[in-house]
Amino acid sequence: MNVARTEALDLHRKMGLIRRFEERAEEAYGQGKIGGFLHLYIGEEAIAVGAMAALKPDDDVVTHYRDHGYVLARGIDPGLVMAELYGKATGISKGKGGSMHMAAVDRHLWGGYAIVGGHIPLAVGLALANQYRNLPRVVTCFFGEGATNIGTFYSGLNMAAVWKVPLLAIVENNRYGMGTAVERASAVSDIYKKAACLNIPSVQIDGNDVLAVRDAVREMADKARAGGGPRLIEAKTYRFRGHSMGDPQRYRTKDEVEEAKARDPILLWRNFLLGNRIAEEADLRKISDGIEAEIETAVRFAENSPPPDPSELCANVLVAE
Amino acid sequence: MPQATLLQAIHDALLEGMARDPRVILLGEDVGREGGVFRMTQGLMRRFGQERVIDTPLNEGGIIGMAIGMALNGMRPVVEIEFADFIYPAFDQIVSELAKMRYRSAGQFTAPVVVRTPSGGGIKGGHYHSQSPEAYFVHTSGLTVVMPSTPADAKGLLASAMGGEDPVIFLEPKALYRTVRGEVPEGEHRVPIGEARIARSGDDLTLVAWGAMAPVAEKAAGLAAAEGVSVEVIDPRTLWPLDIGTIVGSVNRTGRAVILHEAPRSCGFGAEVAALIQERCFLHLKAPVYRVAGFDTPFPYALEKSYLPDPRRVLAAVRAAMAF
Ligand SMILES: Cc1ncc(C[n+]2csc(CCOP(=O)(O)OP(=O)(O)O)c2C)c(N)n1
Repeated sequence: MNVARTEALDLHRKMGLIRRFEERAEEAYGQGKIGGFLHLYIGEEAIAVGAMAALKPDDDVVTHYRDHGYVLARGIDPGLVMAELYGKATGISKGKGGSMHMAAVDRHLWGGYAIVGGHIPLAVGLALANQYRNLPRVVTCFFGEGATNIGTFYSGLNMAAVWKVPLLAIVENNRYGMGTAVERASAVSDIYKKAACLNIPSVQIDGNDVLAVRDAVREMADKARAGGGPRLIEAKTYRFRGHSMGDPQRYRTKDEVEEAKARDPILLWRNFLLGNRIAEEADLRKISDGIEAEIETAVRFAENSPPPDPSELCANVLVAE
Repeated sequence: MPQATLLQAIHDALLEGMARDPRVILLGEDVGREGGVFRMTQGLMRRFGQERVIDTPLNEGGIIGMAIGMALNGMRPVVEIEFADFIYPAFDQIVSELAKMRYRSAGQFTAPVVVRTPSGGGIKGGHYHSQSPEAYFVHTSGLTVVMPSTPADAKGLLASAMGGEDPVIFLEPKALYRTVRGEVPEGEHRVPIGEARIARSGDDLTLVAWGAMAPVAEKAAGLAAAEGVSVEVIDPRTLWPLDIGTIVGSVNRTGRAVILHEAPRSCGFGAEVAALIQERCFLHLKAPVYRVAGFDTPFPYALEKSYLPDPRRVLAAVRAAMAF
């Protein structure tokens, strides 16, 4: 077994934290406390958590808009993230961005991006700069399989391959881009094969297996870091909730969703921990209680924080103000 | 006449246009089985088949580029871009290709593509689900730019756009989709491209507003009336080609003008309208032409209400013009 007990429990805690965070966010959305769009990551937590466990703290991360999981997996205070969802002055971006654009530069989190595919060339540029500056940092860029149908995916990865930059692209193939199943929109459903046309080494992994994610990311990131050029991982997964809130989900059956839930990444990991005697029920209960308290604090922080002052509206447009 | 929401009116125009003309094809992300993010095209795939309502991959530049080719080759594509904010990946196709076909071929061919897209704020969508891009397209010669604010206009203008010979950017104020209702003529109904609508008559000041700002303008006019100021509200409906004649006629009579839009103020379409008014109404003006607009910032999430013009802000401009 290639996982130490403390790490194993930490993976469990982080996945549970993201899950409970989003369940509470979902509730708050229902109460009208969070506005606009809320894209939940429920069912896909093993990817963010496994990847962050493998990456170094100063490796750069650029993500798409379904982004609560990445920042929480990197250890950002859930209160800052919840306050951002609430649109409060204490939020991670002072309420300027909301759900889809979480960024924390001190943690090398360059943000969630809501123009699908728009962030892929940015990640290539970050990686080229790391290479130029001789920094041993890998840039990891997360996006969904839907994003592999837009031009910036190919053009960005082509540049990455031409200059052999230290980039790791992680495609979260959760089967649907909004209401469109992968095979209806992509000529190739096994997304990792798309890397072949650019000579980029790629693998397909079980994105619901947190250890498989951690190991694949470690291996691919190390190769990219060592100057081997970009890598791509296709992590197969499934989103348990709608695309965003209020999605009637007519594009799939309830049975399909229930079947997928049997492979809930948290459940799988829990079974692994118990089955291999890494943890007892009581240990896991203690972790759950800790998560509950942490999320409760986060929600309270968001609730009690003030809204941004209207003077914030025109701040940060340009450098000198 | 039956009542309909803006959304129903646009849906009806699409349905009737498709029934009338087999060359009309809809394409966009999730427009078919799902009926679109706002459910605008619901039922159309079932009715007209998968050949005429096409679910595309996520690829705006590809969608619009493909629509141009289809249009050159005798089809009448109507594209849906899910949010106006996602039109920028297709900006090159629109500006470099779509807009120039007629001119660069010296009239040999044109690409009558209609690009429909929900525009503007009001749903707490933040940076990328709220913007108002009309000025970019008005600035691009060769495009017709339409933005209705009433159900009847939406139906009639979309019918005209679909029946026209040139490309049309059809901006739909998403904030009004389900919040405005109005009478809509049944069956074929056309509103000519390039004709403004006088939404309210008045004598003291001309207020020009389009899209989701048109109802805000009417509310502001109501507040002004309570102060004894008679405001004429003009909704251009077609931003380009602009019906400047109607605006000039009104301003020459009232002597004052305020322009209202939700897009950022600087180089917004209001700047062009103000320039045209001062060129043509100079000696009739009793006050500077004022603008009320969004701020010169990216679109905010939490501070959306502060960003969007409201009737109070409009009233302040009306008062300034009256007091000048
Ligand atoms: C350029 C662009 N086009 C369309 C959209 C609307 N949109 C948001 S997410 C999405 C589907 C993306 O699917 P995928 O990349 O697989 O990610 P997932 O949502 O499944 O995580 C679409 C069409 C957008 N945000 N940006």
